[in-house]
Amino acid sequence: MKYEVVVVGGGHAGCEASLATSRKGHKTLLITGNIKNIADMPCNPSIGGPAKGIVVREIDALGGEMGKCADKGAIQVKMLNTKKGPAVQALRAQEDKHIYPKEMLKVLNNQENLEIKEAIVEHLIVDNQKIRGIILETGEEIESDIVILTTGTYLKGSILVGDKKTPGGPHGERESKFLSDDLKALGFKILRLKTGTPPRIDINSIDYKKTSLEPGDDQKLTFSYDNKAYYDYKNQVPCHLIYTNECTHQIIKKHLKESSMYGGHVEGVGPRYCPSIEDKVVRFFDKERHQLFLEPESNIKEDKEYGNTIYIQGFSTSMPEKVQEQMVHSLSGLEHAKILKYAYAIEYDAIDSKQLKQSLETKLVENLFTAGQINGTSGYEEAAGQGLIAGINAALKLEGKDPLILKRNEAYIGVLIDDLVIKGVKDPYRLLTSRAEYRLLLRHDNADIRLRDYGYQIGLINQETYQNFIEKKRQIEEVYQKLKDIRITPKKEINEYLENIGSSTLKDGISLYELLKRPEISVDDIKHFIKLDYSLEVLEQVEINTRYEGYIKKALKDAEKMLNLENKKIPENINYENIPNIASEAKQKLSEIRPTTIGQASRISGVNPADISILMVYLRKNGHDE
Amino acid sequence: MDDNIVAIATSLGVGAISIIRLSGKEVIKITNSIFKGKNLERVNSHTINYGYIVDQEEVIDEVLVSVMKAPKTYTKEDIIEINCHGGIATTNRILELILTKDVRLAEPGEFTKRAFLNGRIDLTESEAVMDLLESKTESARHLAISNIQGKTHEMVEDFRNRLKDLLSSIEVNIDYPEYHDIEIITVDKIKGQVKQMKQELEIIIKESKNTKVLKEGIYTLIIGRPNVGKSSLLNQFLEEEKAIVTNIPGTTRDMIEGQVILNGISLNMIDTAGVRKTTDQVEKIGVEKSLSLIKQADLVIVVLNGSEALTKEDQYILEKTKEKNTIVVINKNDLEQKLKTEKLNDFTLVSTNTNHIKGIQPLKDKIIELFELDKISSKDYIYFSNIRQISKAKEAHQKLIEVEEGIENKLPIDMIEIDLKACFDFLGEIIGKTYSDEIIDHLFEKFCVGK
Repeated sequence: MKYEVVVVGGGHAGCEASLATSRKGHKTLLITGNIKNIADMPCNPSIGGPAKGIVVREIDALGGEMGKCADKGAIQVKMLNTKKGPAVQALRAQEDKHIYPKEMLKVLNNQENLEIKEAIVEHLIVDNQKIRGIILETGEEIESDIVILTTGTYLKGSILVGDKKTPGGPHGERESKFLSDDLKALGFKILRLKTGTPPRIDINSIDYKKTSLEPGDDQKLTFSYDNKAYYDYKNQVPCHLIYTNECTHQIIKKHLKESSMYGGHVEGVGPRYCPSIEDKVVRFFDKERHQLFLEPESNIKEDKEYGNTIYIQGFSTSMPEKVQEQMVHSLSGLEHAKILKYAYAIEYDAIDSKQLKQSLETKLVENLFTAGQINGTSGYEEAAGQGLIAGINAALKLEGKDPLILKRNEAYIGVLIDDLVIKGVKDPYRLLTSRAEYRLLLRHDNADIRLRDYGYQIGLINQETYQNFIEKKRQIEEVYQKLKDIRITPKKEINEYLENIGSSTLKDGISLYELLKRPEISVDDIKHFIKLDYSLEVLEQVEINTRYEGYIKKALKDAEKMLNLENKKIPENINYENIPNIASEAKQKLSEIRPTTIGQASRISGVNPADISILMVYLRKNGHDE
Repeated sequence: MDDNIVAIATSLGVGAISIIRLSGKEVIKITNSIFKGKNLERVNSHTINYGYIVDQEEVIDEVLVSVMKAPKTYTKEDIIEINCHGGIATTNRILELILTKDVRLAEPGEFTKRAFLNGRIDLTESEAVMDLLESKTESARHLAISNIQGKTHEMVEDFRNRLKDLLSSIEVNIDYPEYHDIEIITVDKIKGQVKQMKQELEIIIKESKNTKVLKEGIYTLIIGRPNVGKSSLLNQFLEEEKAIVTNIPGTTRDMIEGQVILNGISLNMIDTAGVRKTTDQVEKIGVEKSLSLIKQADLVIVVLNGSEALTKEDQYILEKTKEKNTIVVINKNDLEQKLKTEKLNDFTLVSTNTNHIKGIQPLKDKIIELFELDKISSKDYIYFSNIRQISKAKEAHQKLIEVEEGIENKLPIDMIEIDLKACFDFLGEIIGKTYSDEIIDHLFEKFCVGK
């Protein structure tokens, strides 16, 4: 049996990758250890958050699936950072761990050109630096033009609880024992990473009186531009907030050496952005308490795994089970809590992402792509974003077309992949808004404006959706025009209205467009002067782009500077050894990462401005400039 | 960057000794071919060698040749310095001789550019070295040296660290909004810190202008009607200070230039043609030239005759100079005073008698007071010392103003953060922390011939 694409791993990266290739008409096989666990959420029961939520919007704009499934699985939704401005707002949804994977599996099962197979992949067939297929643990060989590895934590995965170390992945699934050895033999640098998850407790064993309520927002919100909200926003499932206390900290300090991490059983590097509770207590020893969220995992009571569980967000640990009992019972409200699943740490192999091209194809093996945790990231959204790009670029490669490379001023996904390829990772990488230089351009509200065209050109956005988008853009322009054309004059009733809403009165006539620039004026106020019969989405675009025009222009100007350097290409065959005077550290980094543009080169740590100048002088001298 | 370059490293015409500097792979061999004395290719690095520069058999000059081998040199390449003793003509002759070999004339700032590109020095340092080489007075020298020691760097880093603190606090609020225990950085908190930083930066920029004064001196224009005592005023300054006087040709009524050191600061004085209404075409040009110089001057000294009433010409001159840093000198105070000073209330007035050295002391005191020269000399020199640094600091300062405006306009924190970040980046550019094409281009354009 021969396929055009084989995707290894059915997590969030694998789902998006296999959907992208099969939707583009390429015969695709998705291999997973257990179909039951496809699109599973083994850690927190939520999708989105700052930056991550915007990634989900971007995936939707490009034609991916995560946003649609997340909308179907949402049980509580919040818009974050509403008081901090439009650039940093993002959605976060508590997801039903039963529904989300079920919906994703439904989509996969109904997808043409896509087959799913349960198996463990143990080897790659590589011929002359080019992938030919994979070999299963049974010895069966499957041929394929392209292989996309989205193996998550399953490469030599190992579960740690206290001093116990068990090979395998979440849910007791079996790991792949030899695949990372194959990669190593092919020349990949293998990293050992670690992450962890907190204990789950029985939903009925909590004294809720001792907790404080964390409700959702009082409005319908969606990730997908389809704008279909499936949850009952009047009856959202609440979360609860509690805190650790002195007693919890004492227990942790007393038993510190018994944890896998402090007992020296962990080889992998843990994420700085998501420390275990042991780490928090040790590193921030002067903090009296740490906050914890009690998050329900599913509303579907019949679900054996998730139906009755509460996830204690902020309490991940690798302590032995006995200590976990003490720790949990020390928490106010959880004195009698019943632990249904103990916390654990997990170690796994990843490759050095600097060995990837921006397309997510590996530099060492042609037609081999990787996405998700194997590239050193953490998070469902980061995985899905990469999976989508790997899938798109695998398909484009099969079609003989140029890859889709999103720039840092176009998408968080672009920032993520550029960071991976240019800077590499030391610990599991989480996307943060502060990683983006132009976050005012990369907003939650404008992901479609930024990326829909790409999605349509690639063929993942259908005609109808695209026409709706074109119509939305037309309407936005129409509203601008109206606001610019219509002027109001200092009439008595107009000034009275302005005074009423705390805005200064008019002395001369001004356009509504100018009026909207006033920070205290909203589109709703404008509606007082003219009829604006448009969707909220359209009006929101007009409002943000008008009010923050000055700042947006600044960001665009900065982005242009960056793009100029990005347009200065470095020839692929350049030999850095031949360039005199570049510092040896820079030489080594440049040779390793092989940036394709001066812009990329300038972002490599250890390459300083003097090295860049010399590189540019060299390129100019050798006629490679422009 | 493999070729050999040469330039005269000292200012022409100043001092008896001039230095010709060469840098590149073959400069030792090339110099040896025109040198009579020890074999320079065999001497140790960092030695000074006595001998003669010869053209064929003819001896051109008696010289000392410093041989410095790569990489422990300024450019990290082989460097030769020839100390010539024979004056401008001889120095030029040696330069011409060298240029017949495989050596080309250095572009402006090229030695420093090589030092920079070879990773020898960072941006601030390379600018400081330029300053050191160009420094005209002892104070300027101090400033240049303290820059090399990285004091500018430390100061900028201090600002950046404070901004970094603020920025990271804002970022953590944004990326981890669910954490109620983390201090929320409110606009009020930003406001306080930004105000503080803005004020400090303002002082530094102001002081930096003083350091520009330290380095480049005070460009002083003496202006007034004919025969009010302008020339004798200049002469009194010069006589005491024994400064160099040169004639600047170009107009019929020549302008006289002189350099005077006052409290360690150089006063670059220009005595202009007397300003008067005239129909004489040639003289008119001279007068226009005088007036046009007002714009460029750091200080304008308007000389009036105290023994006469204010004339229309005087008023005209005062009108032209009222926007400038101006001192009005009421001269000839030994005669009966007929000038009424009521009309001059807006100006700084000084009464002098240019017939005696002591007669101009009040003017000197006033200049010292006006430019705080007594204070400058005792400063620690932790300031920006060139136009590029000052202009970046001003841009950083401007960004802080925009932060304040944003706060004033009640803009959300994500907008305000953009200007804070931009301020951080501008400060980074001063010390070469962020990469940008323009800085380097601009920097090296600025460097002058033979440094």
